Amino acid sequence: MTEVRTERAISVVVNGVPREATVPVRWLLSDALRHEFGLTGTHVGCEHGVCGSCTVLVDGQPTRSCLVLAVQVDGREVTTVEGLSRSDHQGGQVLHPIQEAFRECHALQCGFCTPGFLTTIAAGLDARDPSVEITDEEVEELVGGNLCRCTGYANIKKACRHAAATMRDEAAR
Amino acid sequence: MKPAPFGYADPTSVDEALDVLTSEGEGAKVLAGGQSLLPLLSMRLAAPSTLVDINRVPGLDQISAGPDGVRVGALVRHAQLLASSEAAGVQPLLGRATANVAHPAIRNRGTTVGSIAHADPSGEMTAVLALTDGSVTVATPEGRETIGWGDFFLGPLETSVHGPAVVLDAFFPALPERSGTAFAEIARRKGDYAVCGAGVVVTLDADRRVSSARAAYLSVGLVPEVHDLTDAVVGQPVDTADWTAAGELARGLVDPDGDLHASADYRRLLVATLTARTLADAGAEAARRTA
Repeated sequence: MTEVRTERAISVVVNGVPREATVPVRWLLSDALRHEFGLTGTHVGCEHGVCGSCTVLVDGQPTRSCLVLAVQVDGREVTTVEGLSRSDHQGGQVLHPIQEAFRECHALQCGFCTPGFLTTIAAGLDARDPSVEITDEEVEELVGGNLCRCTGYANIKKACRHAAATMRDEAAR
Repeated sequence: MKPAPFGYADPTSVDEALDVLTSEGEGAKVLAGGQSLLPLLSMRLAAPSTLVDINRVPGLDQISAGPDGVRVGALVRHAQLLASSEAAGVQPLLGRATANVAHPAIRNRGTTVGSIAHADPSGEMTAVLALTDGSVTVATPEGRETIGWGDFFLGPLETSVHGPAVVLDAFFPALPERSGTAFAEIARRKGDYAVCGAGVVVTLDADRRVSSARAAYLSVGLVPEVHDLTDAVVGQPVDTADWTAAGELARGLVDPDGDLHASADYRRLLVATLTARTLADAGAEAARRTA
């Protein structure tokens, strides 16, 4: 007989690091990331799936962390905005091209929505063939599920194209 | 807000899930993709005593497309169905409608069958199940039964299934020959709930004349509605068919409510416009398939 619990032990790989925790089953993944693992880069806006601020990657797929229970990621891999940077193979870290592009293109103002945009766009760009030029339609699909209420989308879309161009150049090298 | 306290179980078989649902009683609720259920919990619009998470039940994540139609398992994510060229080949409405379901991050987690079991009249897949004359397979402690869409949807967020039950799959019959489909919706933001949406199927006879034109609407009634618009265009050559007349016929057949987002009259206007537009596209596709 399957047991009904109000608390559960979970083990999850967060940004490449295996983590274990005992969490109340009513906790959302966003709660566990922020309160248990101390990863406050994941921002919680609407907490019902509309704004996209809390988007993280679960097994590489963009997922609203407010629409998944923490117990449901037991045994999975989660990547938050803190995990988007990569090793530079010299002991340091380099930002993901979309993070660089956000800085370059002034794609944020208050920064609240930024982590959700970065995780969503990074996964989208990583999944596509970098040698093919990105279309406006693709860019709009990438950013369409996230709300930004201060800069507007012009510079965010510019950053997507900028990052896609960087990734094309890197792939050509 | 946060969900009210609840108990959680993640069984690894359908029988175990039914056992837990039975022992936990009325307050127990099945959790699949959770993209509609968890917001309801967080907004405290629902407070189940127990969530029975079926995500660890093996074998429910399959799409099987055959000549008769497409069977979609309870754990097939929207993104998986959207990417299935086999499913789109048998019933093109599946891909067309799924592309309108929410945003990519939601489609990665949300399930097609979950949307149907949720029975939201603004859901795309409820409309497609109705338009294709589809059905669902439901497992209960007494056994398994197939329920046609018309007997399944009772009202907004209400189905005919009560007591311990798991919807195992949904079956969408194949597109008939000499037919075409189209799907379109109007939303405040692409991917948000549609103010109005329409899916249509047009079928031609061997002389490329319209023999059938049917439409299903979302966000228009309390349950998915299918309207037969054939009378407005029957026998007309597909290239010159009066799709606008079919749209006007539809406008008179629907009885939408007004709300914050759109008045009832505006919804009727959208029904007429979307109907004419989608029928023209579906007619053109049917013509291409009637070589």
